[in-house]
Amino acid sequence: MSTKGKVVGIISNLVTVAVDGPVMQNEICFINMSDVKLMAEIIRIGDNNAYVQVFESTRGLKIGTEVEFTGHMLEATLGPGILSKNFDGLQHDLDKMEGVFLKKGDYTPALEDDKLWGFTPLAKPGDKVISGSWLGEVIENWIPHKIMVPFSFEGAFTVKEISAKGEYKINDTICVVTNNENKEFNVSMVQKWPVKIPIKSFKEKPRPFRFMETGIRVIDSLNPIVEGGTGFIPGPFGTGKTVLQHALSKQAEADMIIVAACGERANEVVEIFAEFPEIVDPRTGRKLMERTTIIANTSNMPVAARAASVYTAMTIAEYYRSMGLKILLLADSTSRWAQALREMSNRMEELPGPDAFPMDLPAIISNFYARAGYVILNNSETGSVTFIGTVSPAGGNLKEPVTESTKKAARCFYALSQNRADSKRYPAIEAVDSYSKYIEYPEFIEYMKDNISPNWVNNILLAKNILTRGREAYEQINILGDDGVPIDYHQVLWKSEVIDFVILQQDAFDKVDASTSIKRQDYMMNKVLEICNTQFKFDSFEEVNPYYKKLINVFKQMNYSEFHSDKFKQFEKELQTVIEEKVVV
Amino acid sequence: METTAFQKIHTKIDQITKATCTLRATGVGNEEMATVNNRLAQVVKINGDLVTLQIFSGTEGIPTNAEVIFKGHAPQLRVGEELSGRFFNAYGDPIDGGSEIDGQLIEIGGPSVNPVRRKQPSELIATGIAGIDLNNTLVTGQKIPFFADPDQPYNEVMAMVALRAKADKIILGGMGITNDDYLFFKNTFENAGALDRIISFVNTTEDPPVERLLVPDMALTAAEYFAGKNQNVLVLLTDMTLYADALSIVSNRMDQIPSKDSMPGSLYSDLAKLYEKAVQFPDGGSITIIAVTTLSGGDITHAIPDNTGYITEGQLFLRKDTDIGKVIIDPFRSLSRLKQLVIGKKTREDHPQVMNTAIRLYADAANAKTKIENGFDLTDYDKRTMSFAKEYSEKLLAIDINIEIELMIDTGWDLFNKYFSVTEIGIKSELVEKYGKQKNN
Repeated sequence: MSTKGKVVGIISNLVTVAVDGPVMQNEICFINMSDVKLMAEIIRIGDNNAYVQVFESTRGLKIGTEVEFTGHMLEATLGPGILSKNFDGLQHDLDKMEGVFLKKGDYTPALEDDKLWGFTPLAKPGDKVISGSWLGEVIENWIPHKIMVPFSFEGAFTVKEISAKGEYKINDTICVVTNNENKEFNVSMVQKWPVKIPIKSFKEKPRPFRFMETGIRVIDSLNPIVEGGTGFIPGPFGTGKTVLQHALSKQAEADMIIVAACGERANEVVEIFAEFPEIVDPRTGRKLMERTTIIANTSNMPVAARAASVYTAMTIAEYYRSMGLKILLLADSTSRWAQALREMSNRMEELPGPDAFPMDLPAIISNFYARAGYVILNNSETGSVTFIGTVSPAGGNLKEPVTESTKKAARCFYALSQNRADSKRYPAIEAVDSYSKYIEYPEFIEYMKDNISPNWVNNILLAKNILTRGREAYEQINILGDDGVPIDYHQVLWKSEVIDFVILQQDAFDKVDASTSIKRQDYMMNKVLEICNTQFKFDSFEEVNPYYKKLINVFKQMNYSEFHSDKFKQFEKELQTVIEEKVVV
Repeated sequence: METTAFQKIHTKIDQITKATCTLRATGVGNEEMATVNNRLAQVVKINGDLVTLQIFSGTEGIPTNAEVIFKGHAPQLRVGEELSGRFFNAYGDPIDGGSEIDGQLIEIGGPSVNPVRRKQPSELIATGIAGIDLNNTLVTGQKIPFFADPDQPYNEVMAMVALRAKADKIILGGMGITNDDYLFFKNTFENAGALDRIISFVNTTEDPPVERLLVPDMALTAAEYFAGKNQNVLVLLTDMTLYADALSIVSNRMDQIPSKDSMPGSLYSDLAKLYEKAVQFPDGGSITIIAVTTLSGGDITHAIPDNTGYITEGQLFLRKDTDIGKVIIDPFRSLSRLKQLVIGKKTREDHPQVMNTAIRLYADAANAKTKIENGFDLTDYDKRTMSFAKEYSEKLLAIDINIEIELMIDTGWDLFNKYFSVTEIGIKSELVEKYGKQKNN
């Protein structure tokens, strides 16, 4: 029999429930208001009371209302049908909800019980299996969706029966397995998993090393991220965090993209809803929406569900990773998640840490980032979850708790700068301050040499050095004046500006420039570095600025033209002429 | 206040603080409204049979034997066509001497729109002000505040924008505005002959501060009613900083731990709940929110403008340009996030590039100014950018501009041609050929 309780106290969405039996920390319960059931989660237990955070508004809730406990934690429903869905933070299907407004307690199922899926068995009777082993697959959109032994199965099992190729519903038993005591267990195509617990059904989690292409030059060419890597994008408002995340979700080379819109603007999610079913993914020729799942818990949706939304998204990512797929998980913004934690901690009257955030915030953040990664599955296939989160630092100050905690956890740092945004240098990533720890991994350097380009990592270091020197020259010129420094200083500055304008800056709204292939990035980087290594001769500093502007202008026209098209070649020729004007032979 | 026969009257209050009182009562719902000696109050906390009420107008003079009547519902507003042209207080009661509204009662602060049911905003709102239309184009369904110091004419600009935008209804939510400002809005709308499409909910500095917490929800509930009838509604909220101050007063009196700048930890969610009411409905109706957030000394890192910036779709910065002696819309710090949905699509294709180039050149002028300040000589280019900046400010950024968007773009080209060469402006060559060349020498 499940435990029951009664509401004895209400402050906003923190409700105190007197219970009549055992309850578990993080257990889910339902509060039975006269017309609706409100879902809630236990966040503290004491004195025969459970303190629950309600995932809804508690308006109208009265003392004495009955509460039913479910005996399990918040779970994700995992099975075919997740792709292309729009869920709320608790994995309720937003499209199945009726009406324009969200209704309290309208909990729609994540998957479709009646839909038939074409199942092909991969295992056969007698096979030894463990949790996460592939039993069969169904084609979901275009992804071979593996049906696995549920992650909750502990120990070794033997396949006793498996269904033949055919069409089945998700709840049909497609396999029977036995444990070593010969006890039988039915396996269907759907399983549940508590979102706050990492899925660990893999053999090994080595350091990630495989380059992940994003088409964004300031990332790929200067601060590359890897499959299974982690990164974060902090930036004051208006510096283009969301535009950057959208660009990543459109262009990144991944099998599946999960976007967790966590406490951000609804219109930004609407943009994805509107665009993704239309935009074609150049790699597969399919619509972007076919590889995307959206978890939308926008800022006006209940706060407690906001905190849950990132866990729901991560659990789905881990589930698909277990199928041997490359997943990119984007969360915008992790600060909103931290704020949701702060609101609850505040209501529970916990002693606050810095900026009133809970004391364990750094631990919560690093545990979450640790769930990303590149894994070798038990059958030696590989899969990865790459996680990139945005951070919205209060007042643009990077010394605040969420940014500092995240900096310790994430391996790539993409610093958005207000100055760059103000002067419309987009994407406003400050290339020198940003970093990718992966370029120090020997296995990554090796991988790049063998698979992408022999000079890639070297070029990154060269370019960063030029940018740093350019910045120093800029400061010197500002202190000493244009004519107070040698002409060379101007050249150093302008060579760094060439990298800035041609490589770093990218027009996310231009068809050609929005995404740059790796071949093209390599070509352009070599071209730009060649200019940086060329000696030009000027008679006075006044000639430097107009000359480089001319160079940059031709380069920009190249960026706007299709790679190796006639137009591109024509501008390349023009570039050569411009170079010859001033080159020292 | 209406009283119904079977309502129970409580007459024993256990505890009274500056803003709240606590009494024993059962069967009370969370967020339910009540009256305490005829003052409106709302349930904010229930612990067993102890119910804590927040009294909006304060507890001054409330005795322990005050009459407490629970109303059995959350705060409500009567809505109907008759709202048009009327002025109300924070409780939705008329303050213009007119008759009571006889409409349908709905709870304020209702549910959010399902994000998958929203439509992408796509209708441009023309204001004639180039600092807005050219650089920071507004779109229906957008939410955007003016960030302004208290001495700037934000209410005047907002009233001007409201009247020029072709909205079916304009709803004013005034929070802690002075009586003078209230009369300014009233007269301006009256003189423009627009009063019949204007509805106002006003809490002035003469009213208790906590009351103003109800104002935005009242205004937005009325907005949802009209948007539900497929109308385009423009909501003006001024001043949101005073609204947030009221939030911090309440949270302080409820003994909550303050976070940054003594604001409640839930400030982000509290503000988002209001601003996210801005929406483009699938059936054509829309709610656009233009708000005012006053700053202290231009500091946008304060918790109120900072949280606002993360919620709204951009912000419009007012700044006095000493070169031309006029207030301008600051092109660096202003931003309209939704402009990408309309510029170059609903407007001429060269709009985005002309806009960006002009701002970049304006930034170069700012650098040149720094050079002067540091006592350095200017290059010829520096001098040209400075002349450009002055004219740009005068002809396009000043708030007293009222021209069509096409003319704004052409003015941009004229200025480029006057001061710069083609390589210096760095615009895509096809666009230069098509729109910039004929006047180029």
